[in-house]
Amino acid sequence: MDLTNYEKEMLEGKHGIAVKKAMYILVALGNIFGAKKMVEVSSVQIAGVSYDNLGEAGLDYLSSIAEEGGKARVLTTLNPAGMDLENWKNLGISKEFAEKQKRVIEAFQKMGVITTCTCTPYFIGNNPHYGEHVAWSESSAVAYGNSVLGLKTNREGGPSALASALTGRTPLYGLHLDENRNAKITIKVNAEMNEITDFGALGYAIGKKIGKEIPLIKGIEKAGVEELKSFSASIATYGGQGLYHIEEITPNKTNEPKEVKEISQQEIDEAKKFLNDDSEVDLISVGCPHCSLKEIQELAELLKGKKVKKEFWICVARPIKSIADSMGYTKIIEESGAKFACDTCMAVAPLKGRFKCLATNSAKAIFYGRGKNQFKTIFKPLNELIELAVRE
Amino acid sequence: MNLTGRKIFEGKIKGEVLYSTEPISFYGGVNPENGNIIEKNHPLEGKSISGKILVFPYGKGSTVGSYTIYQLKKNNKAPKAMIMKETEAIVAVGAIISEIPCIDKIEIEKLKDLKELEVNANEAEIKF
Repeated sequence: MDLTNYEKEMLEGKHGIAVKKAMYILVALGNIFGAKKMVEVSSVQIAGVSYDNLGEAGLDYLSSIAEEGGKARVLTTLNPAGMDLENWKNLGISKEFAEKQKRVIEAFQKMGVITTCTCTPYFIGNNPHYGEHVAWSESSAVAYGNSVLGLKTNREGGPSALASALTGRTPLYGLHLDENRNAKITIKVNAEMNEITDFGALGYAIGKKIGKEIPLIKGIEKAGVEELKSFSASIATYGGQGLYHIEEITPNKTNEPKEVKEISQQEIDEAKKFLNDDSEVDLISVGCPHCSLKEIQELAELLKGKKVKKEFWICVARPIKSIADSMGYTKIIEESGAKFACDTCMAVAPLKGRFKCLATNSAKAIFYGRGKNQFKTIFKPLNELIELAVRE
Repeated sequence: MNLTGRKIFEGKIKGEVLYSTEPISFYGGVNPENGNIIEKNHPLEGKSISGKILVFPYGKGSTVGSYTIYQLKKNNKAPKAMIMKETEAIVAVGAIISEIPCIDKIEIEKLKDLKELEVNANEAEIKF
């Protein structure tokens, strides 16, 4: 790779051992993927934060980087942790786990990382503008960032994103290059797209149909931030996409691929059928990816004056919840018996064995619920989840 | 016979071969406490990668897998070296942060029936 003098200095260790190791990782990745040089990044999102995923070794690794003086050079935020960092006791997390999780967060704090733990960095101020090169991990944020915000990032892993934070660089290849951002296949959607769950099912259906290919999607009349957030999470989970285009909705330029495939109403219905098991629900959860302000507002309206009869978790970034606090939404929601789970989510919390069947409006949460936590799952839109929650 | 590939991480070592026809998911697919493959229906399910020259096509699954490789190393249960057909970021980063000799771009099918292998990752070379 062709490195600048400053990047060579980083690699030689003139800027400290942590930077040296980080640069070594990035150069190795650059060589593997055929990058000719590095590009500066303006923002980083680091996955691999939950102690449930990291284990002792991950904690060791992060602590050693922090000890070696590693410091984030650009705005860097974190993915969800394995627990609500303040309210973990009420959510049934053990003291041992909490202590380990706190040490993970302390290591990141020492590195100058903003330790707000969310999969929606774009809601809490890590929100670069169109065209900026960034290094994000968290597959749903990568798909949303590239596709909806027009950022340029590859699907980074936790360690490579951390390396980018410490150096302010990422190897220039893949989705950083305009020539790799064109759609490869046109998808015509001939199905009703109204609810969040329709978009989750669409992500599943497209992912299954075309794998990692970049699609140009036609036939979607309207999609708000919440629908696109849900779709991003679903298509990245079931297909592996880092980028998609939706005609008249997403901002990136693309060629129009000649190969056309259709998604029918029947395929959407089959996707929903696949995501639903027939089982007794004991946990209801929304906020995968983390709830937007609008979703919290909606929850407050729907839950006002009601009592939930089942465990009901709302996953959200802490800064969004603090807006809900001052608007009085938190009070309304908590009076219903529903609980906020800030900083964490269904995909990374240690929930295996605690519940049997998860009901959610997120296709992504279903993937992790079934795999990692071995839950049965129910897939329904928000209003139906509330009906389910208040029933005896 | 000699084969040359691409160096991912340096080191020279000799050891027993463990060959996998299928890709390996380190996170969730390997137990970091003992190095056993725990992925259901994997051809190597129940076998330990610990202390072996692990030959496999490529890594798959969650990127947290890099930390699982590091965890194996910390527990002294890591493979001695890793030889792949084509690496991706998970195993490459795992090998680098765990300092495990690693080479890719090797025609691994040729190593299928081998018992032992000599790895010189400094020269991106294997000998058998």
